[in-house]
Amino acid sequence: MRVAIPVFPGSNCDHDALHACGTVMGWEAIPVWHQEPRLPEGTDLVFIPGGFSYGDYLRCGAIAALAPIMADIKRHADNGGLVLGLCNGFQILCEAQLLPGALLRNESLRFIHKRVHLRVERADLAFTAAMQPGQVIGIPIAHAEGNFTLDPAELVDLEARGGVAFRYCDASGNIGVKETPNGAVNGIAGIVNVRGNVLGMMPHPERAVEPEMGSVDGMGIFKSLAQAYSKALAKA
Amino acid sequence: MKVRVLVSLKTGILDPQGKAVEQGLHGFGFEVEHLRIGRLIEMDVPTQNPDEARGRAQAMCDKLLVNPVMEKATIEVL
Repeated sequence: MRVAIPVFPGSNCDHDALHACGTVMGWEAIPVWHQEPRLPEGTDLVFIPGGFSYGDYLRCGAIAALAPIMADIKRHADNGGLVLGLCNGFQILCEAQLLPGALLRNESLRFIHKRVHLRVERADLAFTAAMQPGQVIGIPIAHAEGNFTLDPAELVDLEARGGVAFRYCDASGNIGVKETPNGAVNGIAGIVNVRGNVLGMMPHPERAVEPEMGSVDGMGIFKSLAQAYSKALAKA
Repeated sequence: MKVRVLVSLKTGILDPQGKAVEQGLHGFGFEVEHLRIGRLIEMDVPTQNPDEARGRAQAMCDKLLVNPVMEKATIEVL
């Protein structure tokens, strides 16, 4: 599997992404500078990493969304290619309008970094199919702007079409205001587009892929992607 | 022409920063409510025509300066 990892000035989880995809999964992981006009030929997955692209100036992800490489990422997504955006990557996908909604300051106004529990809401996606619906996974968050919001009407639509992939929950899978660390509406931690090929989430599965990291629960997402790739190969 | 764009959060969007500042003012004994924090963007737009300046500023808002999911803009041509 060939994974393109766009790198913006201020990205700082690009090496975590390279490690998870390259060292842990054994995929061909290629960093791609944001000024590049094209993704590498034959890119199977675009993995937009976390960090503080352009110092979070104006709004998180707003300037990165206009970077030259984004046009080719949109083309890749329009062709059904997989795009995964984590943390700042999720913010960039929202600003680029590849996903609906926006990420506001955390309700507490604090940068929050801790392990949280997530409930898998969709286990039928290329990103999640190796997990079970309702499964609870423990992976870290590290953000100050993860408070997902959406117009009330669009939120109804998002929920109705099953656009929520992950929700914050407690260890038993219960969701609610107190289980949501950042104030996100409906406890939303990650969403997927209508077609199911673009997923954004605030938590960091790439930081939970080896026992040394304290959790391997993030592997559910990487194993799912590996399965999806094998299936696509078998079809072709 | 000098143009000012005032970007503010839409009604109904929670503004935790505004709330914290309002509470801070309450701590000093000021009576305030509904305090909201926005962003002021000032720029020179190279045209002498106010309508043209306003139009260009609106285009900038649509393209980059404002996220319509959470923000709205007021444009002032000076």
